[in-house]
Amino acid sequence: MVKTIDAYGLHYKDLNNMIKKYHEKGVREFRVKRVSGQRYIGSGIHGKPNIVIEGTPGNDLAAFSDGVNITVKGNAQDAVGNTMNDGILVVHGHAGDTVGYSMRGGKIYIKSYAGYRVGIHLKQYQDKIPVIIIGGRVGDFLGEYMAGGINIVLGLDVSADEEIVGSYCGTGMHGGVMYIRGDVAPYKLGKGIKSEALAESDMKVLKKHLSDYCDVMGIDLKKVISKTFTKLYAYNKRPYGKLYAY
Amino acid sequence: MLKKEGQIRIPAGCAISGIMDKKGKRFSGEMIIDSISVMHERSNGLGGGFAAYGIYPDHKDSFAFHLFYDSKVAQRETEELLKKYYDIELVEAIPTRKVSAIKDSPIIMRYFAKPKIDELYQSGFNEDDFTVKFVFKVNNGIDGAFVVSSGKNMGVFKAVGYPEDIGEFYKLENIYGYIWTAHGRFPTNTPGWWGGAHPFNLLGYSVVHNGELSSYGSNREYLRQNGYECSLQTDTEVVAYLFDLYYRKHKLPIEIVCKILAPPMWDEINRMPREQKRLYKSLRAVYGLGLMNGPFSVIISTGTGLIALNDRIKLRPLVVAEKGDMIFIASEESAIRAVCENPQKVWHPRGGEPVIGLLGKTVSTYIEHNYIREVTA
Repeated sequence: MVKTIDAYGLHYKDLNNMIKKYHEKGVREFRVKRVSGQRYIGSGIHGKPNIVIEGTPGNDLAAFSDGVNITVKGNAQDAVGNTMNDGILVVHGHAGDTVGYSMRGGKIYIKSYAGYRVGIHLKQYQDKIPVIIIGGRVGDFLGEYMAGGINIVLGLDVSADEEIVGSYCGTGMHGGVMYIRGDVAPYKLGKGIKSEALAESDMKVLKKHLSDYCDVMGIDLKKVISKTFTKLYAYNKRPYGKLYAY
Repeated sequence: MLKKEGQIRIPAGCAISGIMDKKGKRFSGEMIIDSISVMHERSNGLGGGFAAYGIYPDHKDSFAFHLFYDSKVAQRETEELLKKYYDIELVEAIPTRKVSAIKDSPIIMRYFAKPKIDELYQSGFNEDDFTVKFVFKVNNGIDGAFVVSSGKNMGVFKAVGYPEDIGEFYKLENIYGYIWTAHGRFPTNTPGWWGGAHPFNLLGYSVVHNGELSSYGSNREYLRQNGYECSLQTDTEVVAYLFDLYYRKHKLPIEIVCKILAPPMWDEINRMPREQKRLYKSLRAVYGLGLMNGPFSVIISTGTGLIALNDRIKLRPLVVAEKGDMIFIASEESAIRAVCENPQKVWHPRGGEPVIGLLGKTVSTYIEHNYIREVTA
């Protein structure tokens, strides 16, 4: 059974409590209509409900969430999936800055562009490997302070005069990997970031995630992987390890 | 009395919104209230306000002074000064209604006035500079008096409270303008007081700001050397004065002013083609002290347009949309969509990339090529 909630005029606390309450009663499918800037939707729920959002969800969508699956039929704002631990967030539009801020597990798929600092502080531990895929272009500071995880930018809808990624890619990055569909000019790389062609093992990982992304978004996988990708990673695992330990 | 900025520190973002009709058609304040109230969470009730343009068509050639007074004494002293320098057309209390959330209201007055010809002549100033002098004289010289706005055919309405309550307090649903900007405050290191709320204004320039200018100290000293007294001890004040200095006094194009406030990084300048490099090097050499550092997103209105600008590394949010003749700017997309269904275009400007909407023109995200010749000639 799908529970439909009209979010019009609701404060985020009331909206989120309502979702939580119905979830505790056993509802697993939600349709939330007329969302207008309400924050933290999907936060604090123990379980894996599916929530379809119509409208514009507010900042920190699914912050600290643990398994919630969210589909946004529209655009998202800043800090989508802030520190999320598990689940899948799908945005059929664009997103603001700091997508996947400190994310530690799960997946975030954005159909169009995203703002600055995508995947900032992304991290991983053993089998917890978060994945972010942005269909469009991104702003500066992609993967800033990245410590783990996979950050993918496709630039599918960029025009000839637009660039897929901004400057300062991977500034402060010391773990994880970024795959960019196309070339990245050397001046755009943060200090200590290496750019190279993908190895066989990279292609395997990339294809796995892209085929899932293309399924969800309804995009032709062949077209996406027809272009050469660039791999970005930090060639020193602990570049700041001795900074405070002389 | 409430403590002023700088006398106290409260450890604690902000909401900004701007709407303009490019054709100059006026609309009620309800729309901007509906927009800013969506971002309630970005404010904490310690300040908010609105700037509205085109609201006094019957007095459009007079300076419209909005004033706050803490006391009758301050009011008397200010009115004497005003009478000395200006011919006053009309004096009235700014209409307000009782709103439980808005407390400790000062005396709120407005004056439509023109500089006295002989005083103006003696001063040797034009009427804008004459009025700037007057504003600083009141704000720095009269205890308990504060000039809220001093432009023509425009006004600022601000208070301590949440913006939606402030809109109700000032009955903005009855006021019609072609440009509206709004601010919801979340002071991070200073108290909320009525004068310290945004928008900040000087003549026709008003500014709403989300962020914190770490360059405030150097900007302030630079402005002091150019005759601007920063008396409010708040960073945003400098944006209004820098705009007045460069745009009105130095007559620089708006685009260039924006590139002074948020210039490209040196490494970016070094990668530019020769002519362009010369332009930006010149700007940084001549106007380096006007550079604003630290996180900011600002909406500046000049009366003839609306300008949105982010800091260069984009540490604050900013979204722009267009539909028909309307331009919308806000901290969050939801605040735009709340008042504009199905915008034709929605985008997030890059750090340091100004968005400029001028009356009667299409919105430009600007390119410097038009100016290269001027500077290098």
